[in-house]
Amino acid sequence: MTATDEGDASNADADAVDPDEVRHVADLARVDLDDDEAAAFAEQFADVLDYFAALDEVPEVEDEPDLVNVMRADEVRDGLTQEEALANAPDSEAGFFKGPTVS
Amino acid sequence: MTVPSGFTSGVANPGSTMARAAERAELVPVIGLEVHVQLETDTKIFCGCSTEPADDEEPNTRVCPTCLGLPGALPVCNEAAVEAAVKVGKALDADIPEETRFHRKNYYYPDLPKNFQITQYDAPLCADGELEFSHEGTRRTVNVRRAHLEEDPGSLRHVREGPADLDVRTTSVDRADYSLIDYNRAGTPLMEVVTEPDFRDPREVRAFLEKLEEVLEYLGVFDAGRDGSLRIDANLSMIEAGEVGDDGAIDEDVLESANRTEVKNISSHKGAEQALSYERNRQENLIKRGKAVEQETRHFNETHGNTVSMRSKEEEKDYRYFGEADLPALQVSDWKERIAIPELPDARRERFRGAYGLDAEAASKLTSRKAVADFYEQVAEEFDPDLAAAWVADTLLGELNYRDMAVEDVTDRLDEFTRLIELVATEEVTTKNAEEVVLRTMLDEGLTPDEVIEREGLGTAAADEVAAAVAEAIDENPDAVEDYHAGEGGAINFLVGQVMQKTGGSADPGDVNAMLRERLDG
Repeated sequence: MTATDEGDASNADADAVDPDEVRHVADLARVDLDDDEAAAFAEQFADVLDYFAALDEVPEVEDEPDLVNVMRADEVRDGLTQEEALANAPDSEAGFFKGPTVS
Repeated sequence: MTVPSGFTSGVANPGSTMARAAERAELVPVIGLEVHVQLETDTKIFCGCSTEPADDEEPNTRVCPTCLGLPGALPVCNEAAVEAAVKVGKALDADIPEETRFHRKNYYYPDLPKNFQITQYDAPLCADGELEFSHEGTRRTVNVRRAHLEEDPGSLRHVREGPADLDVRTTSVDRADYSLIDYNRAGTPLMEVVTEPDFRDPREVRAFLEKLEEVLEYLGVFDAGRDGSLRIDANLSMIEAGEVGDDGAIDEDVLESANRTEVKNISSHKGAEQALSYERNRQENLIKRGKAVEQETRHFNETHGNTVSMRSKEEEKDYRYFGEADLPALQVSDWKERIAIPELPDARRERFRGAYGLDAEAASKLTSRKAVADFYEQVAEEFDPDLAAAWVADTLLGELNYRDMAVEDVTDRLDEFTRLIELVATEEVTTKNAEEVVLRTMLDEGLTPDEVIEREGLGTAAADEVAAAVAEAIDENPDAVEDYHAGEGGAINFLVGQVMQKTGGSADPGDVNAMLRERLDG
């Protein structure tokens, strides 16, 4: 949880998402953003985090015990056909998904 | 090997005192490994898709919403993968913690359909293990920091535009126009075994990997013959020999202050030795010249036997590891008691030496593959253990090796080899014929030993047949008989040769020699 204790989004602290952070993550994801877009996303992130801050107001409730050891037997199940697998792909070739080369 | 040997001391800057000091100090490599092994299960780690590639299979035919990362699909852990991991942990004498969890490792690459890989971060399934192995006659123990489960990504193919066949247009990433992705491999269970930086020599690494594979194969969780079943990342730094304690320990601050490189893309034992020898020499050269080793990730090029710098965008923090909320925690520490593992290679080696009176070399040869050890044991129960050892360890493995075959290729014919050993043990065929004709024909033409013996007329000559041949040889060669009586040593060998010829090699030369002497001296 990265919301500020003061609950004031304009009072950005070290955890807030600034335009540099947005550009860094965009770079890792190979998404090309210009300065205006980076600034706009930083603002939107602040809003989103602010919404989540509302969770801090939720009173403690008794947790249900966590599940453990949920596993399945090692048995083969039918999956998708190649045609089904590629159905939503914007582009494909010879049964492969096709996309730009990423280095 | 195309590894450059040694360093060029002439390049060192003579004006730099640092360079001179470095030139004097002997440097040793410090190496740690991350070994990714593919676990043998029928299905993928988080879905029911098969892990077994069909012959010439089409891309994207062993996929489902889960391993394609489609929205809303949920992973469910494969019990067999967890069992296999517990077996590995047990064999490595590792701790299986009370609770272990999965995490998401976030990065963006097309081989990863979800944009994160499910792996284990701070709660791995195995911790604090070790593996003992032999290297150049000494026993070494390397500590295993952790071993965890994770999913394999898909596979990429980089291609150029054009009308030609896809195989022809496939190229390297920097020459390609676009990429093709096959997710058949995505979700295959992997175990990543992380060692402490305990290696001091690239050759040690090779010996360790051989031993690790041996153990994994004994456990029945690994198939060395499968393409890509073993992938290795190795880190190496050079430190001054004086910093290594008598017990091989190195101060943590010293290790921390030495820049290290991580070498990726190693896929074989030999490749590991080659990549690390290259990297050791490269770093040594830099240091001797007074230059700094850059802390970086490098890519091993198997064709050229070298390593090249690889730009890596992500730093550790960029992976933003967080708990995989779709997979509940595992509490399997009690499985360590519940799940049995077979006798491991070292124990079996010792037992073979004691039970069958084998020397160290034969015991080692016979136990390095489980299938060989099982076969030997079966034969040694029935026949003379020494004869069985010679046949299995030397003759059979030698002939298989010569044909680029492994014991796996003949597992359904083991009873035929048992029959051949029986024929030798009961002297129905001579050792020479059994080795040089029968076994080779069996392997080359797929015949049974009895079929070969009948076709080639190789049954051991009956005693009266040999006696007749002895008599004939004496009658036909009065000169040789005379020479024998005159005390000429070579004469008897000539006569033995004559008898062997008459019996088509099916008589025992020692017996023939004795029979001849008896007749001639009598």
